[in-house]
Amino acid sequence: MALPEERESHSVRDLIVLKKNNRKKKAIEKLVPKLLLLTAIVSVLTTIGILFTLLIETFTFFQRVSLFEFLTADTWYPFSNPGEYGILPLISGTLRVTVIAILVAVPLGISAAIYLSDYASDRTRRIIKPILEVLAGIPTIVYGFFALTFVTPVLRTFIPSLEIFNALSPGIVMGIMITPTIASLSEDAMSAVPYSIREGALALGATRFEVTMKVVLPAASSGIIASIVLGISRAIGETMIVSIAGGSSPNLGFNVTESIQTMTAYIVQVAQGDAGYGTTIYYSIYAVGFTLFLFTLAMNLFAAWIARRIREEY
Amino acid sequence: MKLIDEKKVTSGMKGRIFRNSLFKNIFLLATLLCLLFLIVLFWRILSQGLAYLDWQFLNSLPSRKPEKAGIYTALNGTLWMMAVVVPVTMILGIGTAIYLEEYAKKNKFTTFIQVNISNLAGVPSVVYGLLGLTIFVRALNLGTSVLAAGLTMSLLILPVVIVSAQEAIRAVPNSLREASYGMGATKWQTILNVVLPAALPGILTGTILALSRAIGETAPLVVLGIPLYLAFLPTSFLDEFTALPMQIYNWTSRPQAEFQNLAAAGIIVLLAILIIMNSVAILIRNKFQKKY
Repeated sequence: MALPEERESHSVRDLIVLKKNNRKKKAIEKLVPKLLLLTAIVSVLTTIGILFTLLIETFTFFQRVSLFEFLTADTWYPFSNPGEYGILPLISGTLRVTVIAILVAVPLGISAAIYLSDYASDRTRRIIKPILEVLAGIPTIVYGFFALTFVTPVLRTFIPSLEIFNALSPGIVMGIMITPTIASLSEDAMSAVPYSIREGALALGATRFEVTMKVVLPAASSGIIASIVLGISRAIGETMIVSIAGGSSPNLGFNVTESIQTMTAYIVQVAQGDAGYGTTIYYSIYAVGFTLFLFTLAMNLFAAWIARRIREEY
Repeated sequence: MKLIDEKKVTSGMKGRIFRNSLFKNIFLLATLLCLLFLIVLFWRILSQGLAYLDWQFLNSLPSRKPEKAGIYTALNGTLWMMAVVVPVTMILGIGTAIYLEEYAKKNKFTTFIQVNISNLAGVPSVVYGLLGLTIFVRALNLGTSVLAAGLTMSLLILPVVIVSAQEAIRAVPNSLREASYGMGATKWQTILNVVLPAALPGILTGTILALSRAIGETAPLVVLGIPLYLAFLPTSFLDEFTALPMQIYNWTSRPQAEFQNLAAAGIIVLLAILIIMNSVAILIRNKFQKKY
């Protein structure tokens, strides 16, 4: 490569010095990390934004409704006058759907994880795993539609007393939705159990099933529990399925065949309607959102804490 | 002295072998049940919506009459929103990943950013909706515009983009960086000309998957107050718009069967978009991902 004429006499050393003193380049090298740091700060600002937003608006809400009423009253009728704001019915709705989802997802997810990690051949795993992941990629609005227009009518042929909106149908569909999450994370945990441990048990005469139940599952237990906790967190925060198929009647109790309302569905209901800015109802969605945020945050931190423990073992 | 009571072992053997094969089949059945659910879901939506899916459906404005209704505004709105989401998440996501992987020192602040990102990934989407409603719609006064929704969606998928970009950058072997430094390149030149091209397939795969999540996400849009029904197209990023999942939600919540079939047709379009995007992502991964 020909250098420009006036540089021809330069030695390599001169070139290096020339390059080092290139001011424009120096400036870029100094500027870039700062710009990149700014982009990284955005995620911190997002957290601050979420906390700030929820706290400020929730604070306004609690100036109008006492924290005591919010936590202990057992009726949630914001649209009556004066509104009643006891969050227990919304939590009760959320928990009913979540429990059903977990009852569906845990047996299915862990069975699938055991099958994939300990029984399936490599080829079968390569086919089944991606198909399972498809379930996790389907938008929740699609699941909501499916729950309302297919699962609920099917269930109603078996349970005639089931209302059109209920906790059962969205719970089951949500369970299927979080199954891949539980299956995939549990499988990772089970695959991480060293094969030598399995071989030890097999050599002592244990059957495959006994190895799975008495060796692999206990050894992978922290990972499996973490996957379940993450599944619960996703079920609590899930919005569209329960908004479409769960109904909008907040009530306290254990009945899963009647119309309910979850925390997320309440936020959607108010946001969709014309609750004017500045009304107590408007602020109530932030109080509910804050409660929801605390629930999921606690679950996520718990899952992260459990998952960390597994790394110390192996 | 015998260590094993042979009688006891033989008498229990039959039951143990039976349990072994029984549970093997139960585990297989559970796995197949999930696949069956998927098949029923697809079959049901196809059989409901396929009849309504035609050129006119893609090209018509929403309407009170089911036979005339279409997803033209919704599809356009989704494209407008993605025109905000794609550049914002690419710049912020890849920028953050480069910073964390290449520049950040291992100190408490870096750990804090990292932990913060993984916690953000677990925040429910409806909470992002509340954030967007307060900050973008009200405080910045953007209203229910393309920009407000696009920014909210960007923040929602940002953690996913960052984490996958980080993994892609981390997978680039250090020997490549050292070779570049050895040739006299500066740090930024190395990142721009060596690290990023090598990590690009991985980054693109993760980003496309995250973007497909943004296309299907409904809850934040509902919370922002994006209209369910709109008969005109946005002409700027500050205009109101409606998106594909909102249109589907609108039709789903109507009692008439015709509208539910329209919702199914809309879902087919939505799923088709997602399947195309996912296929592209997998294609990029298989074709361009180098193994070092």
